[in-house]
Amino acid sequence: MSTIPKGPRPKHLTVGRIGLYCFIFMCALFFLMPLYVMIITSLKDMDEIRAANILNLPKELSFYAWPKAWSQACTGFVCEGLKPGFINSVKITVPSVIVSVALSALNGYALAFWRFRGAYFFFGLCMFGAFIPYQVMVYPLLKIEDFLGIYSSLPGIILVHTIFGMPILTLIFRNFYASLPIDLFKAARIDGGNFIKIFFYVIIPMSTPITIVAVILQVTGIWNDFLLGLVFAGRDNQPMTVQLNNIVQVDYGVAEYNVDMSATILTSLVPLFVYFISGRWFVRGIAAGAIKG
Amino acid sequence: MSMKNSVEVKNISFSYGKTEILNDLSLDIKEGEFMVLLGPSGCGKTTLLNCIAGLLDLTDGQIWIEDDNVTWKEPKDRHIGMVFQSYALYPSMTVEKNLSFGLRMMGTAKDLINEKIKKAANLLQINELLKRKPSQLSGGQRQRVAIGRALVRDAKVFLFDEPLSNLDAKLRAELRYEIKKLHRDLSNTMIYVTHDQIEAMTLADRISVMKDGLIQQLDTPKQIYNKPANLFVAGFIGSPSMNFLKAKFDKSNQNIIVGKKQIDISKYENINNLMNDQEVVFGIRPENINIEKNENSIQCKVELVEPMGADTLVWTSVEGNPISIK
Repeated sequence: MSTIPKGPRPKHLTVGRIGLYCFIFMCALFFLMPLYVMIITSLKDMDEIRAANILNLPKELSFYAWPKAWSQACTGFVCEGLKPGFINSVKITVPSVIVSVALSALNGYALAFWRFRGAYFFFGLCMFGAFIPYQVMVYPLLKIEDFLGIYSSLPGIILVHTIFGMPILTLIFRNFYASLPIDLFKAARIDGGNFIKIFFYVIIPMSTPITIVAVILQVTGIWNDFLLGLVFAGRDNQPMTVQLNNIVQVDYGVAEYNVDMSATILTSLVPLFVYFISGRWFVRGIAAGAIKG
Repeated sequence: MSMKNSVEVKNISFSYGKTEILNDLSLDIKEGEFMVLLGPSGCGKTTLLNCIAGLLDLTDGQIWIEDDNVTWKEPKDRHIGMVFQSYALYPSMTVEKNLSFGLRMMGTAKDLINEKIKKAANLLQINELLKRKPSQLSGGQRQRVAIGRALVRDAKVFLFDEPLSNLDAKLRAELRYEIKKLHRDLSNTMIYVTHDQIEAMTLADRISVMKDGLIQQLDTPKQIYNKPANLFVAGFIGSPSMNFLKAKFDKSNQNIIVGKKQIDISKYENINNLMNDQEVVFGIRPENINIEKNENSIQCKVELVEPMGADTLVWTSVEGNPISIK
């Protein structure tokens, strides 16, 4: 080597690097393939789909599947498309997310700072709750909601989502708050804050990153839920996922793959959108749990 | 300084689960006094401070502040201000909001809040920083703001929990000077926790040296330096620490004997209580040893020399006991 080492070390493109990039590129292709098929299929008409060239680009762009999926496709005997499902999903998701995140933040705060008697037991209970599969609780919960008279209703499904979301969210908030310096909380107590005032004036303004993480988890989780929506929402409040299933699973007539594809894409748009706008925050929120801040 | 007590700690005990940290500890702090709680980490000094602040519930005993039994009172009702090692500024608020938070919580009138903030900001020279967020401040500035936050509350007692430990040496000396000045100007009662003996010696009216949850000695810095009550205090105060020589007392000559060497201690008080041939530990500070050569001097070999600018430290040993000389 004739050059004398000085300044930043030069970067070399090694064979290993090239191999790594190739691998990453192939992986990306592999995972994008279904999306590609979905998009092009949704833009073909039925004749072309029957020609069975699944990977070919459409010869003629046809957009009729999209509005049909949105407002005309039949779910059972009703032919209003996915629109009512979308509205139902919004009606379920928004209150469930707000209630569960707000309550979990409060719980996490109480667990982290106000070491009340039995806090550890409660913490363990949350941990346990976070790992129990839904299915175990579906039937008992159904009986309870029936007893309360909210089974098969909007409040019914909102309550279910709130209950199932809270253990894991409480843990997430508790861990975040436990990483904050305890002196801050002590200072606030000396400055005259009580339980609620400290929460609102000191803790909430510091909770942005972790709240965003919690909201992402809840929005995607609740939006993608199928089982609970099917069981608890009732016929009038079926979420988008349940309606999508009804559209795709036709018992009679022709299976319109282009409509199915556009309906599927429409249903997944909300979680996709959430990930795209919040990716940066998501990473920051996860990191905030690890780094003392 | 008046003779009235400002803070009285009466026979308090505190334990975390089964671990006993403080046991039947009592301490009276006079009005306007600067009391330093000094000790190695884990000695219970911060726990004691937190108990006085009301941030920890006592297992037993009472805390009185200004003739008021505050044992069961919330921290906010104890008329205290506290400064933390980690500054503990509210990160989402500006300096101004940080200072006014306590007053706003109490529902103080806006004009009065502004007036108090102005006064505190002038005193601490943080006028230019009022609109900034804590993240835009340096360590020294943050600690000034934290002190300001305690000031605006008109606290009867100020509590400092190792406030300078996170700062570099230069800033530490600077702020130490300012805290001392603040105490002179305000003459409030101040309780200051530290493990730094320089801070303790320079700031305190009285120091309470603690170890294992017990007060080893409670006295003025001068007394503690000159007449330490026990071996722990003697070894803990002073840098480099005091030299200890294991020796035997020779009653007839009023000497102590270290190996083959003899040291005359006839001028010491209390030697009448010693018996002949009794094992004793003789302590002498590095700064009290003179290096000279005459028939009475003890000869020893220099092992290491540490020049420190103003002083030079010489390490040697006498009959197997390591000795440092300043």
